[in-house]
Amino acid sequence: MRVPGLPARSYGGRSSFESISRSAGDSHSLTPLQDLHGVVTPSSLHFERHHNGVPAIDPSRHRVLVHGLVARPLFFTVDDLQRFPSVSRLAFIECAGNSRDQWGGPYDRTVQELHGLTSTSEWTGVKLLTLLEEAGVAPEGAWLLAEGGDAAGLTRSVPLTGEVLSEAMVCYGQNGEALRPEQGYPVRLLLPGFEGNINVKWLRRLKVGRAPFMTRWETAKYTDLMPDGTAYQFSLVMEAKSVITSPSGGQQLRPGFQEIRGLAWSGRGRIVSVEVTVDGGRSWHPAELQEPVLSKCHTRFRWPWTWNGRETILQSRCVDQTGYRQPTREALIKVRGTHSSYHYHGIQSWKIERDGRVRNIHV
Amino acid sequence: MSKPLLVSLMTALMAGCIMHSRLADAPVGRVDLGRPATAEDIRPWEIDITPDGAGLPPGRGTVPQGAAVYAAKCAKCHGPSGTEGPMDRLVGGRQTLSTATPLKTIGSYWPYATTLYDYIHRAMPFDAPQSLTAEEVYSVTAWLLHQNGIIAEKAVLDAATLPTIQMPNRHGFVPDPRPDVSSP
Repeated sequence: MRVPGLPARSYGGRSSFESISRSAGDSHSLTPLQDLHGVVTPSSLHFERHHNGVPAIDPSRHRVLVHGLVARPLFFTVDDLQRFPSVSRLAFIECAGNSRDQWGGPYDRTVQELHGLTSTSEWTGVKLLTLLEEAGVAPEGAWLLAEGGDAAGLTRSVPLTGEVLSEAMVCYGQNGEALRPEQGYPVRLLLPGFEGNINVKWLRRLKVGRAPFMTRWETAKYTDLMPDGTAYQFSLVMEAKSVITSPSGGQQLRPGFQEIRGLAWSGRGRIVSVEVTVDGGRSWHPAELQEPVLSKCHTRFRWPWTWNGRETILQSRCVDQTGYRQPTREALIKVRGTHSSYHYHGIQSWKIERDGRVRNIHV
Repeated sequence: MSKPLLVSLMTALMAGCIMHSRLADAPVGRVDLGRPATAEDIRPWEIDITPDGAGLPPGRGTVPQGAAVYAAKCAKCHGPSGTEGPMDRLVGGRQTLSTATPLKTIGSYWPYATTLYDYIHRAMPFDAPQSLTAEEVYSVTAWLLHQNGIIAEKAVLDAATLPTIQMPNRHGFVPDPRPDVSSP
């Protein structure tokens, strides 16, 4: 450059040459997985899903009420919450309905359109356990109703298991600054590894009870209909899943070197291995897991490849720390049929056409 | 094992996982933040209704009253009879859950009638949540249950009768059995 650049500014923005974006409908937007580096999703690109819009909440007027089976019902201001001992961790949040089009199809779509309802952020807040101890939960308290302050007043019942008590957080921070409105500003619940919907945003109330509250969001919705007509209920954990993000649907390849890149994650813990195939599953190769490799977090994997210009099929499959292996679509559908809507995590197949175009297919 | 027993077992198992010792009311470690909430403070916040009917307000509603409320405030999104949409279908779908075209409605899928009161009151109509009176919510709930063939046209819904209604799919849910899919 031979001309002076711009002066410093108080809040940064990206280069004017950059334009990657979420694809947005009215009640959701999808993260551009194919365009991201590393494992953290920029806050501006974190996916959204809401059930009656994004509320504008003044943090100075916001309160979180903790009550029900507690010794001391308490109102907390956002300032109170920020004064408690704080914790931070990275965690993915994935909508239970992510990838739902893959029960049907195949549809000729991008990885963003098919799988973009998942993102990873660094979350900061106070442990849920800290707030519950402050209020003093009665011995019979076994479930927690979490309620949002949006126009849906969304409510979910959270089982107070050991896992929940050791990991759940009431968060006010995301990637180093306040939560974005779409992610629950000023306060949200974080239940690492659980389906997005139960990570209640715009959190205004926590009520301790003996039994699940059986809200609309855990009966009529977010239950998984099986072929015999019964439905799984409180199917909260997001199971191990991986997807190749490059090359991926809608992209155009040229013969030559092409590093295969993708993301893997599991609600049950760390990803321990990812394998990729470039010949439709005849041979599998261990991919390199790129640091950081963290529990309940997007994990990036890479494998070097040279495309020879021939038609082929790419897939990835992952294993988590519990030994759970990501299933094929066929194995998943054999058990759950095609009407369960939620929790699709089958192996993704990308077909490379002779002309280099990449398409979503089912094998 | 019967499904209701399974559900109770699931609840008991989950409760068993709780680390009571960590949750016990022990003053050690408290930092005394937050303002005590009195019963009077809590009342306007506590809008949840549970399957045992806890939280249901006074008031009552009938099917004919509900037809009028539905036509005025619900039909534009859910259709004149609750079957047309464009938003969620509310009526019909019985015996379809195990077919190739399952239709999940209040009548075919919802396990608890009390959830209707909770949800309609807190979240509907979509463009004016929490604008309905208790009588309107009881009434439109009655109309929807009648349309689904669950209660008689002369039924009256209130805090005593609503929790006693048996929904057709009450026992259609199973505790999460995953991992349920094995891979080589």
